[in-house]
Order: sequence, then C-alpha cells, then structure tokens
Amino acid sequence: MSQVSIPMPSAIGGVAGQFDTPGELLAAARRVHQAGFRRFDVYSPYPIHGMDLVMGLGRSHLGWIVAAAAAAGAVTALVLQWYTNVLDYPLITQGKPYFSWQAFLVVVFELSVLFAAFAAVFGMFALNGLPRWHHPTLTHDLFTTATDDGFFMLIEAADEKFAGQQTWALLQSCGASRIEWINES
Amino acid sequence: MSGAASATSTLARPEQDPSVRPPLVLGGKRVGDVTRLVSGIVEGKTPRWWWPVFLFTGGITAMCFAMIGYLFATGVGVWGLNEPVGWAWDITNFVFWVGIGHAGTLISAILFLLRQKWRTSINRAAEAMTLFAVMCAGIFPGIHVGRWWRAYFLAPIPNSNAIWPNFRSPLLWDVFAVSTYAIVSFLFWYVGMIPDLATLRDRAKSKTKQFLYGLFALGWRGGNRQWRHYEMAYLLLAGLSTPLVLSVHTVVSFDFATAILPGWHATIFPPYFVAGAIFSGFAMVLTILIPARALFGLKDLITTRHLENMCKVILATGCMVGYAYSMEFFTAWYSGNPFETFVFVNRAGGPYAWAYWTMVTCNVITPQLFWFKKIRTSPWLIFALAIFVNIGMWFERFVIIVTSLHRDFLPSSWGYFIPTWVDILTFVGSFGLFFTCFLLFLRFLPMIAMSEVKGIMRGHSLIGADEPMDVHGRGPIAAHKHKEARP
Repeated sequence: MSQVSIPMPSAIGGVAGQFDTPGELLAAARRVHQAGFRRFDVYSPYPIHGMDLVMGLGRSHLGWIVAAAAAAGAVTALVLQWYTNVLDYPLITQGKPYFSWQAFLVVVFELSVLFAAFAAVFGMFALNGLPRWHHPTLTHDLFTTATDDGFFMLIEAADEKFAGQQTWALLQSCGASRIEWINES
Repeated sequence: MSGAASATSTLARPEQDPSVRPPLVLGGKRVGDVTRLVSGIVEGKTPRWWWPVFLFTGGITAMCFAMIGYLFATGVGVWGLNEPVGWAWDITNFVFWVGIGHAGTLISAILFLLRQKWRTSINRAAEAMTLFAVMCAGIFPGIHVGRWWRAYFLAPIPNSNAIWPNFRSPLLWDVFAVSTYAIVSFLFWYVGMIPDLATLRDRAKSKTKQFLYGLFALGWRGGNRQWRHYEMAYLLLAGLSTPLVLSVHTVVSFDFATAILPGWHATIFPPYFVAGAIFSGFAMVLTILIPARALFGLKDLITTRHLENMCKVILATGCMVGYAYSMEFFTAWYSGNPFETFVFVNRAGGPYAWAYWTMVTCNVITPQLFWFKKIRTSPWLIFALAIFVNIGMWFERFVIIVTSLHRDFLPSSWGYFIPTWVDILTFVGSFGLFFTCFLLFLRFLPMIAMSEVKGIMRGHSLIGADEPMDVHGRGPIAAHKHKEARP
C-alpha cells in the first residue's frame, strides 16, 4: 500500500494522499490537525460528518449573512409598498387605509425569503471562493475520483508546519494508500 | 467494506424483522456504483425511445406557442370566457400547475428538515418537476390579462403613467409569491446540483462537455472547507423554502378567499389549497418517476419503498382534501346563508355536477385504494391511480372557479362555460412544454442527487444526521446499526 517517497519537486503546492474510507480520512484529519497543521483540506464525494470538529472548524457564519439579507428584504418591501401606495400614488381601494400594514405583510414575507435565498447562495459562493475554475486539485491525476468515490487529503506547502518529507511521512503513517506531491498551479 | 456486509445481511430478510429499517439503496451497491449508474444516463448514448418522445412533446409545445400566438394576434375572444364566467381554463391551469410544483419543494425542503433520508433518491427529479410546473403555470396569468402588452403593470415598475400596482390586492401578492417561489426553487435546485455537475465534469470525455459541466460546476472541488458552507447554505435554503412553499398556495387561495363570492369566500381555503397542492404534486412525481425509473434501470435507487412512501403521502393529503370538500358543505349549511347554500347545492347537483363528481371520484375515492399494501407496491397500478389524481385535481380547480362563477346572484346573469378549441389546445400544449423540459433534464443533467444518495448509504456518514462518529471509521456504521436496531 504505502509507497517509497519520491524526491520533492522544487516548486510545490503541497502533498496529497488518498484514503480508502471516510473513517480513515476522518482519523487522518484529526491527527494532522493535532500535529498543528491548519492549511489542509480533505476532499470527499459527500460531506463527512464530524469532519468540521476534527479539523477545528466552527459553525459556518452563513446564517448571519442570510439573516441580514432577510431583514434587508423586509425593509425593502415595506419601503417599496409605503412609497408606491402611500406617498407617490395614494388610492383608496375597498376603504382600506393607505398604509394597510396587514395587507403588506405578504410581500414583506416574500421579499425577505427572496433576499435571504440569494444571500444563502451567493454568500456560500463567496465564503467558498466560487466560482474558481483553476485549482491544483482540479487537474491533478490523483484527485480524479474526489467527486466519485475517493477520499483525499491535501496539506499545503504554505502551512507553517509543512516540512517536505516529514509531512509525506505523516500522511503515510495516517494510512494514506497513495501519496503524491502537488504542484502549485 | 463492512458496510456492504451489513447491508446484505439485512437485505436477506427485510420483512421479518420490523425493527430493522430496509436499506435505502438496494442491490448491494457501493458509492462508485451510484456515480456510474446516474452519470451513465447522461453520458451514454441517447436511448432509442428518447427522440420520438422528444419530437412528440416538442410538437405539442410548438402547438402551445402557436395557440398563444393566435391569442395574441386575435384577442381573448378566442377563449370561451364570457359573462358571468370571466375566469375559467386560464386560471384553472395556473392553479393546477402551481400546485404540481409543491411536491418538489416538499420533498426537497420539508422532508430534508424532517430528516427523511429516503428523499435523496427522488428530490432532484421532483425539484426539476417543480421548476417546469411553475414555468407552465407562469404562462397562464401572463397571457390571460387581455392586454398582454401591458403585462408589465403586474410589477412595480416606474412608468410614464405615474401609476403603481395596488399592494392591498391578493392578485399582486400572487405575483410576488409565485415569482419568489420560481426563483428560490431554481436556486435550491441548482445549488443541490453543483457537486453532481462536478462529478459529470470530472468524468466527461469530450472538451465541450468538460467545458460546459465545468462552467456550471463553478470549480467545485468537494473539499470539506467547501462542504461546511455548502451544507449550511442547503440547510438554510431548506428552512427558507419550507414556509415559502406553504405560503405560495396560501396566497393563490387568497385570490379566491378574499373575494366576497360565495364558493370562494372561505377561511378553509389556505390549508385546503396547500393539501391539494401536495396531493397533486406527489401524483405528478409518481407519474413521471415510475416510467423514468423503469426506462433508466434505476429501481435500486428509486425503490418500491420510495413509491410506497409517496402513496402514503397521497393517501394522507387525499383524506385532507376530502375533509375540506365535506367541510365546505357543512359550512354552507351551518352558515344559514342562502347564497352560500345555493352555490354548493348547485355545485353537486347543478349543470356542472359531472365535473364535481369526477373530482370527488378521482380525489377522494381513488386514493383510498392506497390503504392496501399490494396496491402501494405495484408501480403500474400506482401510475394509473396517480393519473386519476392528476385529472381529479385539475377538475377541483375547475369546479371551484367555474361553478362559483357561472350562476351569478341574479338568474338573468346565469351562464354556462364551454371551452373553445384554443382553450383546450393551449392547456394540452402546456403539458408538451412540461414533458419536453423534463426530457431535456433527464438527458443532460443528473436526475438523482448522487452526492446526497452516497451520504445515506449503509456504512457512510449520514447527511442531515449528527451522530457522533468515532475516529476509527467504525463510528458511523456502529452508530447507524444501533439506531436501526432500535424498535
């Protein structure tokens, strides 16, 4: 299973290893994190639960962005309805007051949801750095099954703790079945 | 892997031990098999049946647009609308199609929040169905306005007439509700598809496919630092879509319920419409998935259990709809209002009695057959019954709209609506549009959410579940087993 380490190329982006099961990947992520690495990521065809915990990642902050957008949607809807139906074009219909807030609630709700949904999607893109059509893991042979059934870890050379062959050995001791140097793209 | 072993051991006798849940994916499939099976549909040669069916539905779609062109060129007089029936097939079709969409969102959002893991095999196709149904729905209010070149009046756009739409009108709420629903459904569908588009990109052989799937996959890499935000976004979208989907048909029902017309003016309408929407939507999901799973060999992913669960939803919502029908009659009698009473007596015994009893037969009696497990587990029988439900739900909207309108308060203004050939062909044509879009979806996009199905397979961590996992990788299996064994 384990390979003899090959010489490290001069300009590298990091070292990557393949694991056979999500459980092994989880255990490896815990060890790599405990060893002090911070600039590493694991790649899997579906999210592995418990991974955030062992990688030392907290809860995503996306919820706050979405909440703010929902509030912005509500305010937008209220201002829109107030401006159009009270200020600019007051029209008596069915004897209701111009500012019929009860009737305005439906559109307030709809626009809150609309703004929040946009924030959830585009906020997620922003936090994930998407779209990004170039990345070492997109072109490297090792990662071809990352979206199929393979489990991988990439430790970046930019990490303070990164130490070439030693980091290779760390991946090896974690049980990686195939290890390769990854070029910086 | 030991997960596969545990799957086969329970597979052998799923019926005998009720405390063990049957697996969601059959045939001892592994993660890679799911990729090959689902991607294979898109990557393989176009099936022989696809082109003739596509040309047929495409022709019907063309007919739909020809009818719309004829309507635009001539005017709404080409429809059967006349006093006192000013709303008929156009709005019936609109409500029918919007309702169909609800099942997709229910499956993708509400069942996600309720952690119904079986949803993963059907949510993608159901969400696609939602989008296409809402597209079909959007046509009808757009073209029924008469002066269609003034359709932009629906939106609050500054214009030289210096007038604004009236936000105290439920018709305007409807514009906001349905367009928000369409946009959010699209976002949810697309976000859910990003990891699967990345799978197709990584497997693509031709440059064009690599480019196109790559473009829309946005450079998804499947890193945990991405999954973290992705899962949160998915959860939030599910949380947002849940009240949204309930609001859409509620607002549609306000179009009627806030009018003072007997037969429309009822407080039961919002829940009644939502139940009916889910009822009709599940019927349409079954109508399209039963042939699709047979044609593409997906019976191990969309299993009989999936179909059975959907039948149960139809049975439950069918009973709710039946309750609403009887409660309308009760309210009409108990209110002591002669106009209200008249409308309902007229509905069940007047000139449109044939439509009313078609509706009751299809919507109340048909689903009762789903009490029998034998029927719930026979796909083609389910398919036939689902068609009845589709028909029944179209008639429900027709009955509500037309029978309430056709006998006005004064007998001198009574009438009888008869659709014209343009009415009929436009409606039939909307089915062409729906099925054409669905065929394109089946051919070019992953019809099953691969990344989600992989997450719920035996021996793999569970999407939406938060069981603690031990670091040796035996955690999820052990935790899963423990949970499954609980009575």
